[in-house]
Amino acid sequence: MATTALPAQRRALRRDLWWLEPLLIVVGLGLFVVYAFVTGVQTKGYHYAPYLSPFASPCISANCETFSFGRALLPAWFPPAFFVVWIPVAFRATCYFLRRSYYRAFFWSPPACAVPDARSAYKGETAFPFILQNVHRYAWYLAALLWVVDVYDALLAFRFPAGFGIGLGSVLMTLDVVFLGLYVFSCHSCRYLCGGYLDRFHGRPFPYRVWSTVSRLNTRHGVFFWLSILFVVLTDLYIRLLVSGAITDPRIVFG
Amino acid sequence: MSEAVEPARREATVRVFRGEDRASGGFVDYTVPVDPGMVVLDVMFRVQQMRAPDLAVRWNCKAGKCGSCSAEVNGRPRLMCMTRLSSLPATEPITVAPMATFPLVRDLVTDVSFNYEKARTFPNVKLAPPGPDGKRRMYQEEVDRVQEFHKCIECFLCQNVCHVIRDHEENKAAYSGPRFFVKMAALEMHPLDTHSRVEMLRAKHGLGLCNITKCCTEVCPESIRITDNAIIPLKERVVSEYYDPLAWVKRRIFGEKEPAAPAER
Repeated sequence: MATTALPAQRRALRRDLWWLEPLLIVVGLGLFVVYAFVTGVQTKGYHYAPYLSPFASPCISANCETFSFGRALLPAWFPPAFFVVWIPVAFRATCYFLRRSYYRAFFWSPPACAVPDARSAYKGETAFPFILQNVHRYAWYLAALLWVVDVYDALLAFRFPAGFGIGLGSVLMTLDVVFLGLYVFSCHSCRYLCGGYLDRFHGRPFPYRVWSTVSRLNTRHGVFFWLSILFVVLTDLYIRLLVSGAITDPRIVFG
Repeated sequence: MSEAVEPARREATVRVFRGEDRASGGFVDYTVPVDPGMVVLDVMFRVQQMRAPDLAVRWNCKAGKCGSCSAEVNGRPRLMCMTRLSSLPATEPITVAPMATFPLVRDLVTDVSFNYEKARTFPNVKLAPPGPDGKRRMYQEEVDRVQEFHKCIECFLCQNVCHVIRDHEENKAAYSGPRFFVKMAALEMHPLDTHSRVEMLRAKHGLGLCNITKCCTEVCPESIRITDNAIIPLKERVVSEYYDPLAWVKRRIFGEKEPAAPAER
């Protein structure tokens, strides 16, 4: 007669560096959250014409240094970033890749494969608050719209007072929207919405082709997550350094 | 491409779990001579031949296709027959333990009947009627997607590593585990199947308990992308039917069936 597995046997037998990945996630995400909070509460320093930080885009409140849509749409209740930052926060917080990462690194549920779960009771994503992860699809709709605004900002970053030009800021903003786009459009919900919901692909070449493309991107969703974070931070930091006068923007303007 | 040169290892010490009960059993060290190219299962054979003839090990094909020799090598769930000795540190004993999630029978052999009981709770494929010519047709692009799921060899390493049941015994009744989500995905995405399993997945098989930490994908010896290609698409189908207010409103306005039958997708 087989015996039941006992908790005493559940101790981790792994002797490799299983703790390294969660540690790197805690450090990487922790640095990003701190940076995002510090930059998000600033009311100045996010705009250096023609560059606009992705943290403050679209700038729609009355206290903006520049208005993305030509005029203020909301009163100056909070720093400009507060009006839009909830969209990327909602999108990233419910992202399937990030969920894997923070369940491991922050909740230790589990910290690594075959390492015991730190929680004694476990309900997964069946109860509050984690049942709210199911809103990821809606966050994706908004994030995709936000990306369109970011693309518009990146195009404007090539328009200098003397005419068309390319500055280091233009390059950074372009890389930022490229990696943001790869991250947003490699999303698992996007993959489902653009064709994954179908059982029959035959006779539906367009959704099949889009689904196939997104599926290929999806295999690197985690890489795009980290690259998009890196370039959002680099772009914002670069603009803030320009505003502070610490550096100057190397640029070629064609006139 | 040349393979990495193996270290000149003449003998290996394996720390093997022995016993018929997890509480009273323990690890025993055996040192045996080894040859280049050996896998952990070979070392177990040497232990049986030279040190402990009564060591219980389950195996069959020794080619990574039968799924019998699942165990935990240095704490990582793996097939013993697919774990080369040269891939493990030569400076310390190799720990070999039975799968932690399932009841122990003896030594490295566990009772995996939990999985067979779960398998019996799933409805089989229910095919749509044949076309006017009396034939049913599937197309390559539809077969390609579900083909991956049929590579499963039922080694149950994914079931073993899943913390939902590995660390929470109480969830075993309400949770079927990654192997069966793969099976359900193969049926749910089947172009000719008409049976809806979405409600069943949510309410009876505990899909919501999975928090997609991807350990099942990490340990799969067949490299099935269990989480990305099976579990998450199934979660998205559950979202469409149970957590999507826009879809609910659309169904109400347009008088669609609720939930939509898979044959209409």
